Amino acid sequence: MVGYKIVSKRALAPTVTLAEVVAPRVARKAKAGQFVMIRVDERGERIPLTVADKDAQAGTITIVFQEIGYTTRQMAGLEVGDTLADVLGPLGQPTEVRRYGRVVCVAGGVGIAFIYPQVRAFAEVGNEITSILGARTKELLFFVEEIRALSRDLHLATDDGSTGRHGLVTDVLGDLLAQGARYDYCIAIGPIPMMKAATGLTKRYHLPTLVSLDPIMVDGTGMCGSCRVTVGGEIRFACVHGPDFDGHLVDFDELMKRKRAFVQEERCLLEDSADELEAQRAKTGQ
Amino acid sequence: MAPEENTTRTPSSAGARNPLPRREARERANDFEEVALGFSLAVALAEAKRCLQCRRPSCVKGCPVGIDIPGFIKALAEERFEDAVRVLKDRNSLPGICGRVCPQETQCEAACVLGRKSEPVAIGTLERFVADWEQEHLGLPPVTTPTPGAAKVAVIGSGPAGLTAAADLARYGYQVTLFESLHAPGGVLRYGIPEFRLPRAVLDREVEYVRSLGVNVATDVLVGKTVTLHELMQEEGFSAVFIATGAGLPYFLRIPGENLGGVYSANEFLTRLNLMKAYRFPEYRTPIRVGKRSAVIGGGNTAMDSARSALRMGSEVSILYRRTRAEMPARAEEVKNALAEGVILKELTVPVRMIGNSAGQVTAVECQSTELGDPDASGRRRPQIVPGSEFLVPADTVVVAVSQSPNPLLPQSEPRLERREDGRLVVNPETGETSMPGVFAGGDIANDAGTVIAAMGDGRRAARAIHHYLQQVRAVGNRDDE
Repeated sequence: MVGYKIVSKRALAPTVTLAEVVAPRVARKAKAGQFVMIRVDERGERIPLTVADKDAQAGTITIVFQEIGYTTRQMAGLEVGDTLADVLGPLGQPTEVRRYGRVVCVAGGVGIAFIYPQVRAFAEVGNEITSILGARTKELLFFVEEIRALSRDLHLATDDGSTGRHGLVTDVLGDLLAQGARYDYCIAIGPIPMMKAATGLTKRYHLPTLVSLDPIMVDGTGMCGSCRVTVGGEIRFACVHGPDFDGHLVDFDELMKRKRAFVQEERCLLEDSADELEAQRAKTGQ
Repeated sequence: MAPEENTTRTPSSAGARNPLPRREARERANDFEEVALGFSLAVALAEAKRCLQCRRPSCVKGCPVGIDIPGFIKALAEERFEDAVRVLKDRNSLPGICGRVCPQETQCEAACVLGRKSEPVAIGTLERFVADWEQEHLGLPPVTTPTPGAAKVAVIGSGPAGLTAAADLARYGYQVTLFESLHAPGGVLRYGIPEFRLPRAVLDREVEYVRSLGVNVATDVLVGKTVTLHELMQEEGFSAVFIATGAGLPYFLRIPGENLGGVYSANEFLTRLNLMKAYRFPEYRTPIRVGKRSAVIGGGNTAMDSARSALRMGSEVSILYRRTRAEMPARAEEVKNALAEGVILKELTVPVRMIGNSAGQVTAVECQSTELGDPDASGRRRPQIVPGSEFLVPADTVVVAVSQSPNPLLPQSEPRLERREDGRLVVNPETGETSMPGVFAGGDIANDAGTVIAAMGDGRRAARAIHHYLQQVRAVGNRDDE
């Protein structure tokens, strides 16, 4: 086993980690909107992670993950020099980057990491970007300056009001639209309820909206159908047809239920591995 | 491990065929250990002596890879075990797999002349015996290095077709790289066929054998995404390519409720259990949920594998099939095994919708009864719905095992590859050559035979055709150099 070495790692926010991983073939090919399937070790599960950035010359890709389940916690405990057993990609369709004119980019939580490459790609082809970033609280926000530098205007929102608007990103979006702000295109990436609310809003304004979905996947290559979503009444596989879809056509309620398919098992795994994760944490001094 | 009663009789080389010993159904239905036990030495020798050693053997014609069947059986009968291994491996790089999963009853054994008056020689079980003898008694051969300067050949997909082609091409002396998108080689042998039919130790050993021939196995590479076919040939210096990417796209029924929680494609269900070892959750980290009552929809080998796996996860299992047992495409032996283990077969049953609770979890499959009408294009009698026959099959796990279509990912990534209407690649049936020069294809991406051995036959034919192609290319090159 060769393995995919972690060459750098830093915390973007509490429970949110950025890591650069050696994966030369993926780095050469990855485009905005694509993802990789990762397996940490021989007993590990395969999980999809968005490619947040890449360096084709160095042969590395950047991944960002939030500690939610067992695998992401295990990954947070890995150090520079450690390896991942598997990195497969780039998978999925690249985002269709076009010059629309004015583009509003809405991201919540770890979705900020995934909208960043999109903002950059859409800015590069000459779109005028409005960014709306949100999180539960101020310290969970990251990439704010990077995205601000690419945007004409940037708005922040936090659930607790610790910075920016006291409320949700969709509150900001709603106000901007209500005040008559005109956009030609919207990108919304974040938790499912956020994307559902955002697309609900933009639909009323006939504003075409792209969402990026991350349902449960196993192989990530179109083989298992675990990631199936209903889009415009049709079954689509997020891994091969997506992960980007027309947000106005996605059945978010179904997606939410499917995403919770293994909640009990995930909880059981976390309890079962509590000691292991604790020991790993103690070792890495976190 | 207690064998079934009917298998403990004295070995016999006259008269009836020696039955394959199996673990007792009640015991085996609780774990993922292998069901069939194989022959003991005494029984294997006795069974080998049943072979008439026909001078013009018809069994060989029934074998897609043309194994010298009387040859290996003769060596075995004379206890020349290493010779038996050599004869087998001359034609088949994966005998431990074929001896277990080939449908011999429709191939070599169907052609055995003994079968006309009594029962055919148990060719498959003898093949398995020789392969297992090798595994037990012989080490792997030393790793061969490819001839320096030999042409590079890429094999895409490491299932039965790819493994076979890679082994043959390495034997011809080429530098072979076997690309696999998953994290472990084997394709359907790894993600699809359960351990109780094909232990992973057997598969691992066969893969190691292919590696020992000098084949470089590159996992985590999805050709078409990680690297394109064009790049392999133009930038990475591969002179020829064999595409064996299989039938990786699951069909769904397109009935209401199919996206409810607890509804799996057979591919997902089996991949979680086999490739990811979810039956050992939480030691292995991939979860699976199998409820108290499972319904498996379909009548093929994949449906049997799914049903028997669900059973082993502690579920009551019903197979819903729209025709009757007689029309099932699954191997008769696998149907028998499933029923012996306690799987219930609901014939003449077609699902019309799936019903769920407020949490989005499936609770039942609504079905209708069918009756068989006139034969359809496949020659099987067409099931017709009986009006007003709706009934519910309670189920908290549903596995949809109604066939698959070719994985479109690679074909779609290369416009020069000509495709058929059903998504398969257009190939020359003799050689496997596609519409692109130097690119060959076989297995389920090119043909719809759907068996391991047919895929292996394709791999073998294509390897030979690639060898001819590369010899021609070289001859032309040499002429141009003069």
